[in-house]
Amino acid sequence: MGVDLALIWAIIILFGILMYVIMDGFDLGIGLLFSLVTDKEDRDIMMNTVAPVWDGNETWLVLGGAGLLAAFPLAYSVVLSAFMLPLIFMLLGLIFRGVAFEFRFKAQDHRRHWWDKAFIGGSVIATFFQGVTLGAYMHGLPVVNRSYAGGALDWITPFSIFTGLGLLVAYALLGCTWLIFKTEGALHDRMRQLARPLVFALLGVIVLLSIWTPLTHSAIAERWFSVPNIFFFAPVPILVVVAAWCLLRSLNRDPHAGPFLLTLALLFLGYSGLGISVWPNIIPPDITIWDASGPAESQGFTLVGALLIIPLILMYTAWSYYVFRGKVVSSEGYH
Amino acid sequence: MELDALMLARVQFGFTIAFHIIFPSITIGLASYLMVLEAYWLKTGKRHYYDLYHYWIKIFAVNFAMGVVSGLVMAYQFGTNWSYFSDFAGGITGPLLAYEVLTAFFLEAGFLGVMLFGWSRVGPGLHFFSTIMVALGTLLSATWILASNSWMQTPAGYEIVNNQAVPVDWIAVIFNPSFPYRLVHMGLAAFLVTALIVGASAAWHLLHKNDTPAIRKMLSMAMWMLLVTAPIQAVVGDFHGLNTLKHQPAKLAAIEGHWENKPGEGVPLTLFGWPDMQEEKNHFALEVPRLGSLILTHSWDGQFAGLKSFAPEDRPNATVVFWTFRIMVGLGFLMIGLALWAAWARWRGRLFESRPLLRCILYMGPSGLVAMLAGWMTTEIGRQPWIVYNVMRTADGVSDHGAYELGLTLALFVIIYFIVFGAGTVYILRLIRKGPATQDPVPGGPGETRTPARPFSAAPQQRDGHEEPLNRDKR
Repeated sequence: MGVDLALIWAIIILFGILMYVIMDGFDLGIGLLFSLVTDKEDRDIMMNTVAPVWDGNETWLVLGGAGLLAAFPLAYSVVLSAFMLPLIFMLLGLIFRGVAFEFRFKAQDHRRHWWDKAFIGGSVIATFFQGVTLGAYMHGLPVVNRSYAGGALDWITPFSIFTGLGLLVAYALLGCTWLIFKTEGALHDRMRQLARPLVFALLGVIVLLSIWTPLTHSAIAERWFSVPNIFFFAPVPILVVVAAWCLLRSLNRDPHAGPFLLTLALLFLGYSGLGISVWPNIIPPDITIWDASGPAESQGFTLVGALLIIPLILMYTAWSYYVFRGKVVSSEGYH
Repeated sequence: MELDALMLARVQFGFTIAFHIIFPSITIGLASYLMVLEAYWLKTGKRHYYDLYHYWIKIFAVNFAMGVVSGLVMAYQFGTNWSYFSDFAGGITGPLLAYEVLTAFFLEAGFLGVMLFGWSRVGPGLHFFSTIMVALGTLLSATWILASNSWMQTPAGYEIVNNQAVPVDWIAVIFNPSFPYRLVHMGLAAFLVTALIVGASAAWHLLHKNDTPAIRKMLSMAMWMLLVTAPIQAVVGDFHGLNTLKHQPAKLAAIEGHWENKPGEGVPLTLFGWPDMQEEKNHFALEVPRLGSLILTHSWDGQFAGLKSFAPEDRPNATVVFWTFRIMVGLGFLMIGLALWAAWARWRGRLFESRPLLRCILYMGPSGLVAMLAGWMTTEIGRQPWIVYNVMRTADGVSDHGAYELGLTLALFVIIYFIVFGAGTVYILRLIRKGPATQDPVPGGPGETRTPARPFSAAPQQRDGHEEPLNRDKR
């Protein structure tokens, strides 16, 4: 047929996960920053910057799972069963933070702090275990007879704990710059101060990851540092430096959307770095997207819908963001 | 029945999905109800439609959030706990789930923000459009997931290649034999669930002397819905049963508590009894001769397969299925009775005054949910021991986890679900108790007590001359 369905599906799923990281990243980040802001009014504003969109953001995670099941059932079953525990912990975290959006405003005053804590705790747990899963995934999974052959706790390694912590920093910066974009006044200024140390922390995480990963994974080292690959991939670290520099500069001026967009660029670069390290494997270290491919009839059937509907989804999602554009301010001025 | 890893995995799935299924069924019904309310509001300009919309949308929002987070768990649990099933059937259930995400979840999520928060941000037409899109999303979602579920019950349109189910005819996969019946049955169930809850809320207020036009309208609409839907549901359920007899005879035998045929004799209908899986008979059975034949074969002495014609390892647990089915059907008849009583009271002009009736409507509030859960258990436990009927056994679909991981995660699910969804239920009941607003509400926000009414300031250039939302109120 000539169409490489597995390749197209790998791209769609990578896109879906990227969308998830970008979109749920900033609203998880707001949950992380909640712990640093204690004023009730400010907390209301923080939450309301994402209240109309958080649900759509999380849907990209479901698309990632469903797309994986549809196109690469082997990868879905192996990866998910290998990471059952961290994934379930992540889902439980998402439960707490998801309901907090509604419950926080429904609780009696003296009980509201419980849902604030649920929002913070849920965001921390969900982010941390996403990062842990990512790190453990990079490390690779033993597969025998189409099923996971490792232990239930193999995902706990120093490297995976580090990626978990690293993702906390990344999402916090995303949330921070989102709030710079969407708020004004004291909260805006507070976030501006916070952004600078977070940028340096994220750079530190990226540098450490770039050293640690190739040192422990020789295949990844070869991918990056062999000639001529090193020349193809050299723009990635260079662009990271450029984006970080622009980001720090934009924080000094009168920042609005700039820092958020530059943080997105940074995360995109980090994400593509991970992609380069793993490609074309879908279950590292050695099961490729073609090995794990499901029936072509399934991939083709779903592809028609994906190609027709995803642009539509992007359009009405953009419209929804457009409806809720502008700075979010406290309710005081409106009563 | 020992608590081995398989049993723990089944309990975990059953527990998480039983909680989950409650929220979408309310979401489906309420979304359509909100759509009707907004349509009436735009058409008539009568204030009580506006008030009812803003009353129910708060409950809708809380319920929706719980549906989203509990549903997220389901999308991942197939892989974490049922990896062999996912590898085997992912080529079929995966695309159906992917289409559900693409056509339904995004639609709901994309327009929900505008529906909840956008009352003062977009015009009435666009807002109504958003409500319609959310309602459409809920119905589409039910369609896809029931196609997937029905395929597991009555698989069609596939062949098995290299130990994987490969789709050969997507129309046959989606419109598999039990899908149309299941879809209509479940859709009507969602409407019944909601009508009973809306009716009970109105009845509670009327019993507490909170008698307003909005509350009367609520009760009236709910009882009309019940009157139309409950009898149709009984007919659809009967067709669904005949479909089960044809495609899943072991399940039907378990539902009927029917062990074996006696030569030349019709099958009785066992009203009550205690099917015993070990002794292969019913204890304390109360039977109506030949009625089973009449209902299921439409003849006086027709016969259908009894449980003993299936190998013991291929039989579903009749004790459970027999009883969950009777709970569902019994409640269904009570609903029809209630609808008729309400219709009679309406005709006599006493719908809003008859306290015994209002009390019954109140007590019947949760009956829709109970019936739906019982029916769901009937069909899912009745499918056992198969995960894909007659194709893959449940025991062969489960991941290789140990009892410790499964026990730990199950305990976490139980504790957290009861805390979180328990709190959500309390909040919903509290919102219901407050009743529809009687004074001018501040529009725009999701309407919560302490949420800023308009969480997003209008962009400065828009602020001047921004339409005051209440000028749609044509009082």
